[in-house]
Amino acid sequence: MEPRIATRMGDGSLVEMTRSEIKADLEEGTQQSAKRAKVDPLTQDELDHLLDIYASSARFTAVDIGDEVVMSNDGTGTKHIGNRVQDLQTYEQVLGIDIVELWQIDYSYKAIKTNVAHEGQAMKIAQMLCTNPVQYGAMPDLGRYSKPDGPIDNWSELLPLMKVDEARAAQIEACAMLVEDINFVADHMVEAGADGIDMDTTGAAGDADFLAGLTACRMLREKYPFLGIEIGMASEFVLGMHGQLEFDGERLAGMWPKDQLRMVQAAGGSIYGPAVNINTGKSTAWNIARAITIIKPAMEIAEIPVHVNVGMGVGGVPTCVYPPADATSRASKAFVEILKIDGY
Amino acid sequence: MGTGDPLGMEGAHTQASGMGGMRTAGDLVARMQMTRRMRLKEAKAYVADKLGCTPRDLSDPSAMEQIRIEKGLGTLPFTSSVRPGEAGMIEAKFNISQVLDIPINSVERFKERVGLASSFAV
Repeated sequence: MEPRIATRMGDGSLVEMTRSEIKADLEEGTQQSAKRAKVDPLTQDELDHLLDIYASSARFTAVDIGDEVVMSNDGTGTKHIGNRVQDLQTYEQVLGIDIVELWQIDYSYKAIKTNVAHEGQAMKIAQMLCTNPVQYGAMPDLGRYSKPDGPIDNWSELLPLMKVDEARAAQIEACAMLVEDINFVADHMVEAGADGIDMDTTGAAGDADFLAGLTACRMLREKYPFLGIEIGMASEFVLGMHGQLEFDGERLAGMWPKDQLRMVQAAGGSIYGPAVNINTGKSTAWNIARAITIIKPAMEIAEIPVHVNVGMGVGGVPTCVYPPADATSRASKAFVEILKIDGY
Repeated sequence: MGTGDPLGMEGAHTQASGMGGMRTAGDLVARMQMTRRMRLKEAKAYVADKLGCTPRDLSDPSAMEQIRIEKGLGTLPFTSSVRPGEAGMIEAKFNISQVLDIPINSVERFKERVGLASSFAV
């Protein structure tokens, strides 16, 4: 009888599977995602490597000495231990994070605009006390500009009424406001000494959200050649809420990581962060095979650093409040060794 | 890694595959990724060349402690190891900027506001 190995589901629950069952999940994960994303499935060597990582009963696993990667840490800290700058110092000095991020709990550029001077002051203090690079981060969060939270007609209400032209016009109007707000906040943060700007969960509201991030990125790059600009995505696929928006003549709707990366590179981004969401009903083996299959084509053309999102619920890390270290470390090792990524 | 991510997950990642930040040269390699858009291998090679060490030394806390002290790149103040007489925090970033030959925004702002000449156009 084949021994059973303790492993994790995508919701973090501990289950027991045989090596053959884990192998089958890896194969199904890569085949399913390859078909969905229209990319090649993983090679047999890559699947064998994943099987070695995921069919281990070890509590923890790690990359080889010398193969370590850079950790950018969007949303640094807990917000509930000490103050925000102490959060950054703790992550710098105790955890050994490489890039820390100042942020506020209402993680949206629109929200930050109203108290940007205070955020800038916090950045200035952080810059005096930290040796690490300190970036400022928030979500583009285009939905904030639609009624009732913002001034623009809500495209999610217009679309079901078949008011497609009005819904598209509303998104374009919101996009322009968002670009202005990202620039406004970034200008203040650069003045306060920020090393970088992070646009986190870009594309959450679809193609207009992604367009705003790319447009703001290009404007910031022209103004600040030294500035770190990180664009992390919301998911593996850009939703076509507008459907016709283009950047450099290319339609954004429907873009997967390889094309997302090309756009971020063209816009002048420093770091691109692909995100592949977790299927909580499948094993972590199934999920890691899916995530690596979808991101692999991006790694083959990358000219800038790629920091894969491996937080809770993305990149093979389970969706649960306390992601288990056995699952997190397996995902950490898998991306580095198979995709040769530049960081997390 | 994603905002809202709970404390603890970062610890697993840093131990499994992280360079180690200021415990090593992770912050320096990160600066090359941010400022010059260098991929990891190129960034490690650049920093190793500037520090006169091997790329593998960059994530070795034992090797990097000495290099950081020698070059004034900042060290971690812990209970039995504090160096108030050496460069730390904003002071260390002046040296990091010089050693890596890159502008560091906070250093350039500091110079601007106290009337020191800037080395870079930012």
